[in-house]
Amino acid sequence: MYSHITLHRGLDLNLQGKVEQGAEAGSMVMPSIIAICPDDFPGLTPKVVVKAGDHVEAGQPLMIDKNREEIKIVSPVNGTVGEIVRGERRKILRVTVTPDASANTQAATSGKGAADATAVKAALMNSGLWAMMRQLPYDIIPESDAVPANIFITTFDSAPLAPDMHTAVSGKAAEIKAGIKALLTQTAGSLYISVRDIAKTEPLLGNDLKDNQRVTVAEISGKHPAGLPSIQAANLAPVNKGESVWMLDIITLARIGDMILNGRCDWSTEVALTGSEVKTPHMIRTVNGAAIEPLIAGSLKDNDHNTRIISGNVLTGINVGADGFLRFPYRQITVIPEGDDVDEFMGWASMSPNKMSQNRSFISRLFGKKLFAPDARINGGRRAMIMSEQYEKVLPMDIMAEYLIKAIISRNIEQMEALGIYEVTPADFALCEYVDPSKLELQKIVREGLDYLRKELS
Amino acid sequence: MLRKYLDKIKPNFMPGGKLQAFRSVFDGFETFLYTPKSTSTSGVHVHDAIDSKRVMIIVVLALIPCLLFGMYNAGYQNALCSGAEMTHWEMFLYGFLAILPKLVVTYVVGLGIEFIVAQKRGEEIQEGFLVTGILVPLICPITTPLWMLAVATAFSVIFVKEVFGGTGYNIFNVALVTRAFLFFAYPAKMSGDSAFIPNEPICGLGGTVTYADGVSGATPLGQISTGAQQITDAIGDPVSTWDAFLGLIPGSFGETSTLCILIGAALLLLTGIASWRIMLSVFAGGLVMGFIANTFPSELYPASMLSPVDQLVYGGFAFAAVFMATDPVTAARTATGKYIYGFLVGVIAILIRVYNTGYPEGAMLAVLLMNAFAPLIDYCVVQTNISRRLRRLRDKA
Repeated sequence: MYSHITLHRGLDLNLQGKVEQGAEAGSMVMPSIIAICPDDFPGLTPKVVVKAGDHVEAGQPLMIDKNREEIKIVSPVNGTVGEIVRGERRKILRVTVTPDASANTQAATSGKGAADATAVKAALMNSGLWAMMRQLPYDIIPESDAVPANIFITTFDSAPLAPDMHTAVSGKAAEIKAGIKALLTQTAGSLYISVRDIAKTEPLLGNDLKDNQRVTVAEISGKHPAGLPSIQAANLAPVNKGESVWMLDIITLARIGDMILNGRCDWSTEVALTGSEVKTPHMIRTVNGAAIEPLIAGSLKDNDHNTRIISGNVLTGINVGADGFLRFPYRQITVIPEGDDVDEFMGWASMSPNKMSQNRSFISRLFGKKLFAPDARINGGRRAMIMSEQYEKVLPMDIMAEYLIKAIISRNIEQMEALGIYEVTPADFALCEYVDPSKLELQKIVREGLDYLRKELS
Repeated sequence: MLRKYLDKIKPNFMPGGKLQAFRSVFDGFETFLYTPKSTSTSGVHVHDAIDSKRVMIIVVLALIPCLLFGMYNAGYQNALCSGAEMTHWEMFLYGFLAILPKLVVTYVVGLGIEFIVAQKRGEEIQEGFLVTGILVPLICPITTPLWMLAVATAFSVIFVKEVFGGTGYNIFNVALVTRAFLFFAYPAKMSGDSAFIPNEPICGLGGTVTYADGVSGATPLGQISTGAQQITDAIGDPVSTWDAFLGLIPGSFGETSTLCILIGAALLLLTGIASWRIMLSVFAGGLVMGFIANTFPSELYPASMLSPVDQLVYGGFAFAAVFMATDPVTAARTATGKYIYGFLVGVIAILIRVYNTGYPEGAMLAVLLMNAFAPLIDYCVVQTNISRRLRRLRDKA
């Protein structure tokens, strides 16, 4: 089935440093070290199954879930395990691997030809692809025993400066087709594939989906967060209490198909180096978990101010620094000014045209398409919620955001459920957090709320 | 240079420093002068440039036309009644001198309490009082004694705001409670024939006011409530709707000019700081109730003779609609709730004005009453969202 929906709420941040449309990644940049961070896989209780010095092949497990041992986080490359870095209370921060000379990122997997539900599920878990999906409720890697009511696949990333996902899967129509077939064995419900432009994505999906009653290809217009699968789910088939759904992107879908068709899984990735501090934004071919330093070497502007290097986009990414590593979903690096070395006199009264804001008291709102280079300053102090209806403007879901946040803060489980906490992910609230004049840490609040709820109800 | 000075004295205010008891005050001034350098540590890496300081400052800016006009009008009314010869600039200067001590007193008392509470709690100073401090003198009669202002402001800031947790947690509008406190504690000073026109010379400007027989300095609504057939100004000339719209009539300092209020409203709506839903529905409610009252005019309720439009331009209605009902903290917070809340504010304001002859003006009480009901309205709106979700679950089962 084809359908079309328009989301009226949302916001596209006009930032400097976008990669040109259709830019090609150059040859493979293989870093001297890669790292996999268990924090990227919410819901996972990590147990490291390798020791420092062990040789691992691409696709071999580095960690498993302590409670659900069938869920595996695999090495994306052939190499030697470097160290297992632990933080406070021995929490595992990351497992590093030093790639060997082969620089192989292609894992041999077992799932070739898997056609029934059990075989596909086993293949997903063994290959490590299971951990690349997310589940609603709780925004965690899917529970191993739950059957998804529906599966949502997004084919576009609407986040600021995000790269076009299509380049990463171009020429993989056969894999995508096989992936769709495999995922359909996992649910009795529907597969929803969200696209920005049907005409553009149809060659990849094949045109036989139009008549497939179990697959809905939904063309979605609207600003960010239209590309988030949780937002798409809320508008296509909202999650009810007691249900769970899976969410993934088309890159993971193509990997699933590759596994089914060819018995392999390639963990190399295309990363967009973006942001106002990058000389020429471009695409880089590398591997999941790659060290950031070789990826950005020589590409940043020679400014004398501090910069912030983010793995991901400016809304949901992680501040990793130059000595950090590429983090899930391994697609983007954004570099912006840090801003902690700027002295701004009475910034709240500023009439500067370089201030990025949704508020019309800033004259920058008059220049429609102007691109901004904001820094990481919070631009104000934390306050109680003073202004109302700020969050709803950028949250295209039937959720009373302010009330849900208050329910989460007060740890009122009944109220959280009533207000739809099972439908949301922290990323949905990223734009709310951006526009909030009270500067509340909404994503953190939602993440903690989801973790609390999961712990209390398990 | 200022930055260097702040950096130099900063250690004194840090824990362990000589002046650590004033840390909140120092923080308050430092963040006022320089945008804090703190960068995000979790969640989004970029933040919108708007913050609550800017929100509050825009409201203050929106109040400036009313403040300036109030100054002029104070001088104008004094000149009219006392017969003193004053140029336009002198009238303005007269009003400036009349209001300045009141502004200073409210700010010193209110901000003083905020500073102390912030320091006790170890929090940053919040900027909510920036708006309250200018609102209070604007909605009080010009002759209000300074000590009364100080007592009322202290009462409201402590018992209406701080005991609830500070800016953002209060149930009632702080400025309006200040006004209500004065209204109920010192009724003689807050209404009547001589409260609204400054009656003394200030620094040699203006003159002493004496009223001729048969006229008084009562506000138009005050005159109507006592059964006046023709609304007059303080020397007996008739007042038209247009005069009331422009604002050269007796009344609380900043609320007489509907024109200036609308200029402020335009700024608030343009910048999206105040809710257009509330503003629109307050005016709609006022018009509807004014129309109903006017359809059934009664000698018993003289204010029912006023046309619906007159209801909007006289008294504090427009000011309440634009600046009081829209206070985001005490108003309804849901979109649907705002329509209901605003409409009821408008209806009740006119209802009190017309059918409770004891109170010539109802806007203040209407907003305070609806402040109390706003959470209930929101509760009902939120319930519809909740039941929609439950219905979805039931339909599926």
